[in-house]
Amino acid sequence: MSSRPRYPHIVSSQITPEPVWRSRRLWMQQMAGLAAGTGLGGLGAILPGSAAADTLPAIAGLQANPEYAAAKIDRKLTTEKDVTSYNNFYEFGTGKGDPLDYAGKMRTSPWQVQVSGEVEKPRTFDLDELLKLAPQEERVYRLRCVEAWSMVIPWVGYPLSALLKQVQPTSKAKFVQFITDMQPEAMPGLRDRIIPWPYREGLRIDEAMHPLTLLTFGLYGKRLPNQNGAPLRIIVPWKYGFKSGKSIVKIVLSETMPQTSWVAIAPSEYGFYGNVNPDVPHPRWSQSHERVIGGGFFDPKVPTLKFNGYGEQVASLYSGMDLRANY
Amino acid sequence: MFESIKSSRGATSLRSGPPARRRWTAAQVGRVKPVVFLLCLLPFLRWFYLGYNDGLTANPVEFITRSSGFWTLAMLLLTLAVTPIRQLLDQPALVRVRRMLGLFAFFYVVLHLLTWVVLDRNMDISSMITDVLDRTFIFLGMAAFLLMLPLALTSTQGWMRRLGRNWTRLHKCIYAIGVLGIVHFWLMRAGKNDFSEPILYGTLLAILLLWRIARAWRARRLAAA
Repeated sequence: MSSRPRYPHIVSSQITPEPVWRSRRLWMQQMAGLAAGTGLGGLGAILPGSAAADTLPAIAGLQANPEYAAAKIDRKLTTEKDVTSYNNFYEFGTGKGDPLDYAGKMRTSPWQVQVSGEVEKPRTFDLDELLKLAPQEERVYRLRCVEAWSMVIPWVGYPLSALLKQVQPTSKAKFVQFITDMQPEAMPGLRDRIIPWPYREGLRIDEAMHPLTLLTFGLYGKRLPNQNGAPLRIIVPWKYGFKSGKSIVKIVLSETMPQTSWVAIAPSEYGFYGNVNPDVPHPRWSQSHERVIGGGFFDPKVPTLKFNGYGEQVASLYSGMDLRANY
Repeated sequence: MFESIKSSRGATSLRSGPPARRRWTAAQVGRVKPVVFLLCLLPFLRWFYLGYNDGLTANPVEFITRSSGFWTLAMLLLTLAVTPIRQLLDQPALVRVRRMLGLFAFFYVVLHLLTWVVLDRNMDISSMITDVLDRTFIFLGMAAFLLMLPLALTSTQGWMRRLGRNWTRLHKCIYAIGVLGIVHFWLMRAGKNDFSEPILYGTLLAILLLWRIARAWRARRLAAA
């Protein structure tokens, strides 16, 4: 056994060998654990807990989708550092820096996703299977948070419809629910009762099947860092960020509208649709403008676009609907 | 009857007995004022340090807004703590740092307001009016600021003399300002159900206010005896 070579003889110079990144990642996780354990959570900012970007593996076979190239968006890409250090992932705490500081302990392998409910072929998928289910594309999308800030992010993934087609939704499948993993030993936020855990989000079936809706495995050409929802998440670019569940373990198709976390907590502040809409203010702030992350300190906020700029592709999904009532 | 005798005797023994500790003179407290000044300025200087070291997070405007809000509350609580500390330590001269602490609360609230006016609202008057009228937490924050304004303006010796007894009455507004500040912060956090910080500062404020109520009751009872 010991004579078996540990490394392949030919390694693409682009790719860090798996044992190396695994051990690096483990070391990083241990450092993050140490930092958290000694109450020096701030150390995480110096020793990024979950994923110094260079330790994450690249996604094989990745092709940029020219339809969603960076050049098509009139705004600069948000830096990888900002994308991976300013996150809402309440399982790790409500601070924007908490996910970076604490998500390193989350176990992301092995990982399975159970797809059930109104489907002809309910199935549990292994992550490796999902990674290869459809060609991986890079797509640059705007991300608009309900808290009135925004980023521009090069995601990697493929349309969620590719997965849903595999399980064959029945005629009764009207909605799709996404459930985030719960790992009490790794997620200090689960001890706070801010949200009735696990985190749940959902879409109408036509929204879930829409070609913009991305089953997402990476960003900036590499696998997702833990704080961004590793190993796979949903990205729905025309909706506020909270609709795009992270670290998904279950997908349930149903006939009735599923319960979603923010609607359960504060129905007057968050609706099931969560479509980006500058005309419908949040009760505690206006949604008409947004702070562009990475802009200059004195840069003014910029106007928010209806459907986050994706109206041409998605407005027809809501024709005849009162978007003020269905926010 | 018995109780009032006991407490008045206690008070007498404090006054006539050997002094438990030496009282600091006004001049002695005056000499530490520059140190207090620098300490109160540190949070402000820290923003520049963080700014030059890429430490203001991905959203520096949000960071400054929250930090200036926090330090406004902290300075308000410190200002309100001066009287109880003077009484507990029997060091009346400590009153000499109170105005500075109060003015630092005003300094941080002005910066807090400016981040909102300039960086959040982009100097757009109509959007500011909408914000104040439509959003309770901003309305309360604005009310607290407007109440602080006359206190800052009348903080000089000249105004103290001119207003006489009314100066003390006017400056009792700080209690209302403290309560408004806590409710403002509470409502801001309400959406995330995350009340740990507002509860902490609210409890501190309650202790500082209850201390005064308890003292006033005792004084009234002594006066009645």
